[in-house]
Amino acid sequence: MSLFSFLDRQHTIAGPRFSRWMVPPAALCVHLCIGQAYAFSVFNLPMTKLIGITQSAPDDWKLTELGWIFSIAIFFLGASAAVFGRWVEEGGPRRAMFTAALCFGGGFLVAALGVSIHQLWIIYLGYGVLGGIGLGIGYISPVSTLIKWFPDRPGMATGMAIMGFGGGAFIASPLSVWLMARFSSPTHVGVAETFVVIGLIYLCFMMVGAAIVRIPAVGWLPAGYVPPAQPKKLITNRNVYVYEALKTPQFWLIWCVLCLNVTAGIGVLGQASAMSQEMFPGRITAVAASCLVGLMSLFNMGGRFFWASTSDLIGRKNTYFCFFALGTLLYAIVPTAGDMGSIPLFVLCFVIILSMYGGGFATIPAYLRDMFGTRYVGAIHGLLITSWSVAGILGPVLVNYIREYNISHGVPKADAYNITMYLMAGLLVVGFFCNLFIRPVDERHHMTKEAEALGAAE
Amino acid sequence: MNDTNQGTTTLHLVLAWGFVGIPLAWGIYKTLVSALKLFQ
Repeated sequence: MSLFSFLDRQHTIAGPRFSRWMVPPAALCVHLCIGQAYAFSVFNLPMTKLIGITQSAPDDWKLTELGWIFSIAIFFLGASAAVFGRWVEEGGPRRAMFTAALCFGGGFLVAALGVSIHQLWIIYLGYGVLGGIGLGIGYISPVSTLIKWFPDRPGMATGMAIMGFGGGAFIASPLSVWLMARFSSPTHVGVAETFVVIGLIYLCFMMVGAAIVRIPAVGWLPAGYVPPAQPKKLITNRNVYVYEALKTPQFWLIWCVLCLNVTAGIGVLGQASAMSQEMFPGRITAVAASCLVGLMSLFNMGGRFFWASTSDLIGRKNTYFCFFALGTLLYAIVPTAGDMGSIPLFVLCFVIILSMYGGGFATIPAYLRDMFGTRYVGAIHGLLITSWSVAGILGPVLVNYIREYNISHGVPKADAYNITMYLMAGLLVVGFFCNLFIRPVDERHHMTKEAEALGAAE
Repeated sequence: MNDTNQGTTTLHLVLAWGFVGIPLAWGIYKTLVSALKLFQ
């Protein structure tokens, strides 16, 4: 028996008296920590003053250089989720969560070294590469486990975990600011110490998740739950091997569905503050705009649980129809709200849009389970996360460049976002049709009964 | 091998949910308080 045998899949199998309601907190232990990524920007400004302390010195880092830390982390999130997906699925959730904890917590410690000796490349390597790998492995680690524990409510279960990713920033942001205030002095900014403390906190927190997570025994079902004798049209009871899924049109249609939904949401999330101030000059101040961003983040988090749970009732395909139909309508209304000068209508549109942005992330694992079965859903989810990386570039680029183009061609700032909003609405129409074309996976892609039996026995 | 002897008690559930719920509630509370201050 090796030193790390307690991490093995077979050592993670739950006993008959284990409650499945212990698994969502285990997943949240990981997702609440890695959700810190959304709040990394709180370190940017202090890191531009590491030498100058009160203001940036000539040798201090620039914001543009620091912006790469987050971009590298998000790139490695997508890449590691895709590359390590099968390893995560076959090794079990505990090994994956343990590894994610070491990478994410360790990434902060390496970044702390980079801050203390003022070497930016060490921070890129620490938080960007190592932390990014922790983000990717951590993000997909509990997905298939939750789906197996909650066959009756897979949307709600994965929605809870992915809600944690949206909520992580609510903890990380005030905690980071408080720690930096504690460690700062007239001659010191306190970022390195904050990285060390926060890295150790996250390491311990994620290890707790790894310790309490369990997988159900083969054939386990919740008390009182009877699987439908005849599977529903869009919910398979078969499994598709992870790389076989790439050969199906369903994978790529769902890839486009997520990409288009995220592109539309992430574009406005990043620019909401500036957009609201420019569309309502003199009426929405910088202070009020930051309030709006906080409100949008709350809806982003709440939407993850609400929409994913709703998808258990109305079906995954219908949930995305809601996102695309309602989203198209809301994006088309935003310019009108600006013309009318109606701030309440503008805010209402944006908070609903953001709830659907979060809902899109949270509902996708259950959609994949419906299409490809539970066996490799975590690994397939990992491959699908690449659409997030693409959307993360597309959304902000579309919003920023179209705004710049409009302003340079004499369009007033208040109207500079109108074309972008209509374009986003157009993207959602495309997403609507991608979702419409999704049909059950052809039987030739399913794993053979023998292969499934072998997998279940492992 | 599995952990057949470990059953889940109500205390386990309260501790596990409290462990993740309390920090999340604190974070949301801090966010709402700072947002409300901006309106004052």
